[in-house]
Amino acid sequence: MSFRITETPIDTDALKSKLEHPKSGACLVFEGWVRDHNDGKSVDRLEYSAYKALANKEGQRIIEEAKQKFDIELAFCEHRIGTLEIGDMAVWAGVSSGHRGSSFDACRYIIDEVKARVPIWKKEHYAEGTTDWINCASTP
Amino acid sequence: MSIDIQYFAILKDQSGLSSETLTEPYKDPAAAYQALREKHNFTLRQENLKVAINDEFANWDTPLKEGDSLVFIPPVAGG
Repeated sequence: MSFRITETPIDTDALKSKLEHPKSGACLVFEGWVRDHNDGKSVDRLEYSAYKALANKEGQRIIEEAKQKFDIELAFCEHRIGTLEIGDMAVWAGVSSGHRGSSFDACRYIIDEVKARVPIWKKEHYAEGTTDWINCASTP
Repeated sequence: MSIDIQYFAILKDQSGLSSETLTEPYKDPAAAYQALREKHNFTLRQENLKVAINDEFANWDTPLKEGDSLVFIPPVAGG
């Protein structure tokens, strides 16, 4: 599987080594980290959850699409769930390709589609003691 | 008829349930969500959700069958 939901910290060294390929002259890695603020509120920690069975399928489809659309050799993505503290890595996406352009494009495609389509949810815990499910709380 | 529902994220919080089994003969996910929204006071409207049957995206008017597993998918927020 090229996409995986994980409950444990993301092993970036192991993932990056999977991108090695004799035809690859470029390697692009995106890391998404937990930041201490959102929409003007001070954030203490995040709680991610996922519908794992479908998330893994949809994530795999996104990787396959990236390989069809862009001239790349390899691509992987992992998303962590559970309680994450400020600075923890929530998501990792990496691509390798012959030349840099397609790696930039494919990496962006993967992370954008994962954020838009994969059933993963984020609950922000604020310093003031309240919580919100992002994209849900203000949506009727 | 028996349909298994799993709840995630805001729907899990608002219902206080991870899952429940429906025995009423709802014809499709739209009918099931309408009833469950009323029962659990879900704030999200159907048009802001997606739906999955048996771990694959489905349509709101896909007929439900005995033993189906049903998941309502609130707006996602990975990354």
